[in-house]
This record gives sequence, C-alpha cells and structure tokens, in this order.
Amino acid sequence: MNLLNRLMCTARRRSPWLFHMNSGSCNGCDIEIVAALSPRYDAEQLGVRLEGSPRHADILCVTGPVTRKAVGAVKTVYNQVLGPKAVIAIGSCPATTNVFIDSRTLDGPLDKHLPVDVFVPGCPPRPDAIIAGVAKAAQILAERESKPPEAVVTLVAETTEETDK
Amino acid sequence: MTLLTALARLLIFPGLLFAVPAAWFFLWVERKSIALMQGRVGPPFMQPFWDFIKLLGKSTPPRPGITGLLMRAWPLIAVSAAAGAVGLLPVLPSSGGFEGDLILLLALLELPSICIIAAGFSSRSIFGEIGSAREAALSVSYNIVFLLAIVSIAASQHTFRLEALAAAPNSPLHWVGVLAILVCLPAKLHINPFSLPNAEQEIYAGPMTEYAGPELAMWELSHGLEWVAGTGLVATLVAPHIAIPLGAAWLAACIFVALCVVIVLLLSALAAATARLAIDSSVRFYWQCTLIFAILAVSSAILMRIRS
Repeated sequence: MNLLNRLMCTARRRSPWLFHMNSGSCNGCDIEIVAALSPRYDAEQLGVRLEGSPRHADILCVTGPVTRKAVGAVKTVYNQVLGPKAVIAIGSCPATTNVFIDSRTLDGPLDKHLPVDVFVPGCPPRPDAIIAGVAKAAQILAERESKPPEAVVTLVAETTEETDK
Repeated sequence: MTLLTALARLLIFPGLLFAVPAAWFFLWVERKSIALMQGRVGPPFMQPFWDFIKLLGKSTPPRPGITGLLMRAWPLIAVSAAAGAVGLLPVLPSSGGFEGDLILLLALLELPSICIIAAGFSSRSIFGEIGSAREAALSVSYNIVFLLAIVSIAASQHTFRLEALAAAPNSPLHWVGVLAILVCLPAKLHINPFSLPNAEQEIYAGPMTEYAGPELAMWELSHGLEWVAGTGLVATLVAPHIAIPLGAAWLAACIFVALCVVIVLLLSALAAATARLAIDSSVRFYWQCTLIFAILAVSSAILMRIRS
C-alpha cells in the first residue's frame, strides 16, 4: 500500500497537466505561459502538457485580475477540474489586482474566490519563474491526497538568474 | 490455432504483456521525436507511464444512470479491441492464425474509432459532439482507401489469412497497397495534419472533453495500442522474408519492433512538419487524391487474378 502511494506521488509530481484560464488578463502573462512551452524553455521536460479541457487538468493556471464578469467562469472552471488539484496565480494581477486596484469592474484578487497554492508574481513573470511555479505546484499536488485543498500559500520569487546570453 | 496459442498471443506476445509497454514506448517516441524536431528536449522516457498512473489516481465526476455506464464502457471496449488487434498480428514465424483473421483484424482496428464517435455523443458535450461528427466524416473518407488497399493486397494473394499475406513475396502491387495504408495511418491515429477529431484548444479536447481520471487513462492506452496495431500491421506487411529458424523468435520480434519504430518516426516527422487541415480539405484529400491510387491497386489486383 505504501509502495502504491509512493508510486502515485511520483506520478503526480512528474505529470502536471495544466489548464490555462484568463480572467481578464491583458494577455501579457498568457504569452509568457506559451513561451514556457516553447523550445527555449521547454516545460515538457517536466511532463507538463497544456490541456484543452479542464477535466483533464491537474493544475489550473489563472491569469488576470478577476473581473466581475469572470468570477462565475473562474469558479465553474475550478469545479470542473477534478481532484487532486492545485491552483497557480500567474502574474501580479491575480495576486493583488496590480495597477487595476480599486477598479469598480474588478472582483479580485483571485484568493478571494479560490484557494491559491502558488503565486508567481511579475508583470509579466518570466517563463522560468512560471516553470518554477508549476514544479512547486506539482510537488504540492504530490503531497496532497484527494482531500479538499487547504490554502497553502507559497511564493515563487522571480528567478534572478539571467538565462539570456 | 489452439486455444493455448491463441491465449498466449492475446495475453503475452504480441498481446497485452508486450503491447501495453510498447504502447507507452511508441507514445514516448512520438512525443520525444516531435520535440527534438522542434529543437526542444522533450518528455522523459517514462512520461506516458507516469501520465497513465496519475490519471488512474484522479477522481471522476459523478454521472448517474445510463450515461455514466456508457462513458465507463466505451474506453474499455476501445482498449480491448485495440489489444485484440495487436494480438492478431503475425509477428512470430508460424505462430498460427486462421482463415479470415484479416477481416477480424480490420473490424477490431475500426472499433476504437467507432467507440470514440459513440463516446463523444454519449458525453452530451457540444465539443464532444463536434469532435465525434468530425471523426465520423474522417472515418468514412479514410476507411474507403484503407479497406481498398488491404483488399487489393489480399486479392492478389488469394487469401484473407494474415500469416500468408505477411509471408507473401513483395510485388510492386504489395508496395502500392502498403503506401495507401501508410497514407491512412495519420487519420487513423489522429495526428497532424488530420488531428481534427481531438483538435486541442480548437474544440477543447473533442470527444474526450468530458472524460477524466481512469476513463481518460483508458483512452490514452487505447490510443497507444492503436499506434502499436497500426504500425504493426504495416511492419508485418513490409518485414523482410529471411528464413528465421523457430528457435530465434526473438529476432523476428526485434525486426518487428525496429520496423514499428521507423514507421512511428516517419509519422512523427509528418506530424511535426504539418499543421491541422480543415475537415473539408481532409475529406477532399482522401476522396480525390488517394482514392485513385486505391482503385488502381484494386483493379490491378483483379487483373492479376484474371491473368493467373
């Protein structure tokens, strides 16, 4: 039984499938998520796959400051992702609503509505920071059983290493 | 073919015990080679295995009644049909077989795609229904060519027995038929440029949109087994006819796996080099461009029969 559990933990850590949800983002962070899958950063090395359906995903990546219109959609999609699951808030917008703070069209930040596991701050964050966030979320996923998620808030600092030469 | 050899072929080689790891291996070869061609590093070796285990451990949404029953049944039928198709392939020399096993193989190869069509409609998701309709249209167009090609090979050899076809001397007609089968394989395996039914992002995940957890794991497995069955069929048809002694069965198995990997690499190169076609272009491709070759193959096979 213990061996099976360990096998399952390894499988969850090594196969994080993402679903990308835009809750009113300016598209900056969305471009960076796609860049994380591109040849330069290649997140597929960690087993990451960007899935088309939230039913297939393990990790929900939310970008954007959560507009009033998007609240319902964010909650619906979160419920469509099946457990065990994790949520990553990508960019400064879902973490703090960023420069749009106090806007009357917003109902953010994201952790008002969903339990967020990993914050990846930045406007936009670098692709390597996003990959570090996904790896951390996969680790959280591996340690979490199917029980409902409690809000484990982890901060992924922006990587300072300059990868560009 | 005795019951014992039939069971051995279905369960051990080239059946389940060989086919399931081979399915994961081929899925990895496909993903890795596409990644390398795109200048990426690609997934680690065990990736399809980890994906499968992880999906088995995920929960599924509660679906009461007949819908839930059907949605659990379709992937299982698809997996067993694909595994049965792999088990029928005449990989080892003089491994048995029966008159007409080619017809059973064709039926079993077709079952997963029928299951996908039914699965999309029974999930009641609009994206699933679009994907199923596309799969149905695609299936109608590539199957004509696929079946005509196989019928032409079989007609030229006067037999529907797979082992006799695999042992037949390679004639030009044989190669035309194999080429036609190869043209149909990308559509059968849903890879670019015919990745229409499960068009990622475009229609979410097509017929698979509502499937999750263990059901999705079974779909992934059946997709891998379809890879083994499809490439394996071509591999047995093109395998060189060197006299392999009965003791050296491993040699036949190695040649089979190597040929399969070559075909997987070929199809992956095509998938990496092309983008997704629209449904009307795909259907037109099969009906207008490749049907001519299939009809040519069949007519020459009939001519050969009349002459002989």
